[in-house]
Amino acid sequence: MKFTLSWLKDHLDTDASLDVIVETLTRIGLEVERVEDKAAALAAYRIAAVLTAEQHPNADRLRVCTVDTGEGAPVQVVCGAPNARAGMTTVFAPPGTYVPGKNITLSVGVIRGVESRGMLCSGSELGLSDDHDGILDLSTDAPVGQPYAAFAGLDDPVIEINLTPNRPDCTGIHGIARDLAAAGIGTLKREQLTPVRGEGACPVAVTRDFAPEDAHLCPLFSLRLVRGVRNGPSPEWMRRRLTAIGLRPINALVDITNYVTFDRGRPLHVFDAAKVKGNLTVRRARDGEEVLALDGRTYRLDDGAIVIADETGVESIAGIMGGEHSGCDEGTTDVLIESALWDPLTIARTGRRLGIVTDARYRFERGVDPAFALPGLDLATKLVLDLCGGTPSQATVSGEVPDTERIIDFPWTEVRRLSGLDLPRPEMKVTLESLGFHVAGSGDRAKVLSPSWRPDIEGKADLVEEIVRIAGLDRIEPKPLPRIEATVIRPVLTVMQKRTRQAKREFAARGLVEAVTWSFIAQADATLFGGGKPELALANPIAADLSDMRPSLVPGLARAAQRNADRGYGDVALFEVGQCFASDQPEGQTTKATALRRGSARHGGAGRHWDGAARPVDAFEAKADALALLTALGVPTGGLQVVAGGPDWLHPGRSGTLQFGPRNPIGFFGELHPRVLKALDIKGPVVVCEITLDALPLPKHRPTKMKPAANLPDFQPLTRDFAFVVARSVAAGDILKAAQGAERNLVTGIEVFDVYEGAGIGEDQKSVAVAVRLQPTDRTLTDAEIEAVSQKIVAEVTRKTGATLRG
Amino acid sequence: MTDLTSLETDLLAQVSGAADEASLEGVRVAALGKKGAVSELLKTLGGLSPEARKEQGPLINGLRDRVQGAIQSRRETLAEAALTARLAAERIDVTLPVREGPETRGRIHPITQVMDEITAIFGDMGFSIAEGPDVETDDLNFTALNFPEGHPAREMHDTFFLRPDRDGKRKLLRTHTSPVQVRTMRNVQPPIRVICPGRTYRHDSDQTHTPMFHQVEGLVIDRQANISHLKWILEEFCKAFFEVDSVKMRFRPSFFPFTEPSAEVDIQCSRKGGEIRFGEGDDWLEILGCGMVHPNVLRNCGLDPDTVQGFAWGMGIDRIAMLKYGMPDLRPFFEADVRWLEHYGFRPLDIPSLVGGLTA
Repeated sequence: MKFTLSWLKDHLDTDASLDVIVETLTRIGLEVERVEDKAAALAAYRIAAVLTAEQHPNADRLRVCTVDTGEGAPVQVVCGAPNARAGMTTVFAPPGTYVPGKNITLSVGVIRGVESRGMLCSGSELGLSDDHDGILDLSTDAPVGQPYAAFAGLDDPVIEINLTPNRPDCTGIHGIARDLAAAGIGTLKREQLTPVRGEGACPVAVTRDFAPEDAHLCPLFSLRLVRGVRNGPSPEWMRRRLTAIGLRPINALVDITNYVTFDRGRPLHVFDAAKVKGNLTVRRARDGEEVLALDGRTYRLDDGAIVIADETGVESIAGIMGGEHSGCDEGTTDVLIESALWDPLTIARTGRRLGIVTDARYRFERGVDPAFALPGLDLATKLVLDLCGGTPSQATVSGEVPDTERIIDFPWTEVRRLSGLDLPRPEMKVTLESLGFHVAGSGDRAKVLSPSWRPDIEGKADLVEEIVRIAGLDRIEPKPLPRIEATVIRPVLTVMQKRTRQAKREFAARGLVEAVTWSFIAQADATLFGGGKPELALANPIAADLSDMRPSLVPGLARAAQRNADRGYGDVALFEVGQCFASDQPEGQTTKATALRRGSARHGGAGRHWDGAARPVDAFEAKADALALLTALGVPTGGLQVVAGGPDWLHPGRSGTLQFGPRNPIGFFGELHPRVLKALDIKGPVVVCEITLDALPLPKHRPTKMKPAANLPDFQPLTRDFAFVVARSVAAGDILKAAQGAERNLVTGIEVFDVYEGAGIGEDQKSVAVAVRLQPTDRTLTDAEIEAVSQKIVAEVTRKTGATLRG
Repeated sequence: MTDLTSLETDLLAQVSGAADEASLEGVRVAALGKKGAVSELLKTLGGLSPEARKEQGPLINGLRDRVQGAIQSRRETLAEAALTARLAAERIDVTLPVREGPETRGRIHPITQVMDEITAIFGDMGFSIAEGPDVETDDLNFTALNFPEGHPAREMHDTFFLRPDRDGKRKLLRTHTSPVQVRTMRNVQPPIRVICPGRTYRHDSDQTHTPMFHQVEGLVIDRQANISHLKWILEEFCKAFFEVDSVKMRFRPSFFPFTEPSAEVDIQCSRKGGEIRFGEGDDWLEILGCGMVHPNVLRNCGLDPDTVQGFAWGMGIDRIAMLKYGMPDLRPFFEADVRWLEHYGFRPLDIPSLVGGLTA
């Protein structure tokens, strides 16, 4: 919403400076977005007379002028404008002046050997026009020495406010003035609008043709004919104001509607009566009906729109834009002025659907003052009579002004209760009254009647806002919010919140870099990773590759890794801990922690190094990430099973599933499937692990934080090595489990220190060498006892896995 | 006893002439070994008369001790020389680079770090963290929050919708974390103090907007919470978050469907050479929206607006991260460019806390 200071002062009697007005507007909730004060910007530019203009001695295209600037002796200026001549009146800028059109600051110069003390200016140099033809050529009676801006009528600052959608009353300058007056910046001018006395009935009848349930679409439609008008340019003061706020003056009749729109927030429409055939009908548009609108474009309507039609068809899209056919031009002699009320929701929807943004739509979709519909018609009629002459008819009024009266039972204590601000009751009452509310009652409670122009006022809280915003939110002193209980803060994070945080820190500590990737991915990617369900597809994705809610973090990270590789960073280790979606229900959303390594980005380092190059990443690197995560999260891994194979998107032979029993998988690790790499256009190797944090067992609640006593035996442990030859299909884990189980009380650790396949070992066989650590607890073992334990271990491994001891 | 004297002279000369441990050992065996010269002399003592033994004993034993001492001393000298020689040979190039450890390479995303900072501050003020799903219903995202039917935010050009289900109902991606407030108010009895951080989505993509971003909202519901408390909380938060001793904030009346009265909050700052500083200067920067929870919202959550009351606020996590840490552009937050992440990310052990300061 834009307006000028002088226009505001039509409605507000005030001595306040522009700065105070601007500051107050923002303070009371009418946030000032921009102030354009040309008078201040162009203060240095003065009207000047060119006394002489001689040919420059050293340049064909330059002239050396002497200029009367209105003060002191004439000044010498070198000027390149073709129209510079002695005797002309133009605009002069002295050295030190900033030139907006050229973005320079003038200084005393010497141009081709001649001194120049300032500049004679064109409109473009002042940033006022695109006119490069020459310097401004003013009428000779322009007052030399006076500021040009004032002379040119540019001294009316333009204020633009960012209006919140709840304030339709401030789509008119009168409403803004009312708010300022309530805030103590002057007095609201309340001129009484006298109804226009029309002669004779309006010859055009109006029918509102709606089904009963559609009555709200147009509660009121009023129309008046003015005969014998002379339409031409509107007067200069009106054109200047309209131009200042960015509107293009058209002709008096059209300008009047725009003027009232901004002056009072009351949009109107004018029809050239000669072009309207028969009576007018207000109705829903028919599907497919078309209208050529005033913007020169043809719109195809549906029955969601409301139109005003005559016998030949649609003449106007109600509340949004008039039709070209019956628009007013210089030839108009009889004009029909329309002032109506429209359903805000319908106007908003139609405007959006048609993509039309107009000042009328802006107001109707917020809700205009219903009580001003008829006074608005009178105001417009009066302006038409004043500016264009003519004879008005009586108004024809179809429908009636709806009753929007709301009475709120308001305890004055409500202000303190909600805001903490203790205001004197009279101040609160005066605020409400100056905003147009009627306040009755003298006790602790008042009956407050809201004005017709404030559809946003529903209840007590709204009144509190009115009082507090005018008083100023800055008057509310911050006050500490006491703790609910006067205690040291107790932990507030849930298990999942803690796990999410720990997972991120753990992965980062393992050299992985945290990425945050889109929650939506391409449908093909989602499908590849087990997603792509219709219920998780966006109806209106912002881009084709951001269409489906992600089932896994792997595709986003994998694509990110490849983007980095394409930039020359191939050894990347990325992780993300974030939401994944299995259904559109809240339970379908889980948090996964995913680590991805590409190239040689191993835990120990990447790439070549004098101390040994890093090998390409493999599934065990991913397994290490997964197990480290579980350890960091305090998940007891005693019952954890590592099972060969994983989801389809992992390499079937180089992947594993982590689970607590077959029904409780918690995640996967492994190499990405070669087919997936190909589909994603990614070069491997890429290994990943993905743990579903929601699937992890909850920690057991323990009554104390005590740890069990430490077991520190006094006897030396000893280690025995065994090399078992087994079928290749035997899992090392089974060998370890068997060895461990052979002598539970003595075996405290087993390491696999070698795995070998090849020469010396049978085909389809492998050798797995393990070091078993025995820890005696009550005495040193004898050689015979050690031998017995060793045999027991060998026997048990052989029994469970078919192993033979390698010779 | 010139024999003994010359033997000693001879042995001591051999000791000092031994060039290495092996020859020294040869000297020792020749002198003090079982059949060594000195050992042989010692054996003779047994056959001597007590008088002669009394005379010879100290002489021979003295010889033995001196030779033994000379060998020991020579051994130490040789060992010292050997060590010196070994150390002279053992040299590494200390300028060779070492690999950086994983905890040096890893990074925490600025959004995570800022969320942790926010949690540290509000956790200390007694707030807990409430979370909810990203896929929401129209009711929780709009209707319960007092968005009127036909509000522009409910349109396809502002909000992401999922495809309608069999009943024609369509879910949406939450446009703010306010649905979590509704869930909390419907499930928890006041007093309530929560913050709701999380991912949010709007159908917007340009220089300063991404279709996905992060928000943190706060909610306080009890029997007396009012705007004066709201102002205190937000001022304390801003001071703590931006790590300055004072901030000046400006509360401008504004409008949101879900609060009444509503305000937008600007924070005072200075901008010098592309750097924003808070607690000084005369520029205003909008950082959040807030207000008293609208009576209709309280009613929609089963609360009586005449007996309970409270306030809420919301701000962009990505945005305050940019303000604090100076990222000029929002879009790289979600591009996973490791160069950007290494530069703007945080080290894994830089865990924000109030006692130690949010940042190092």
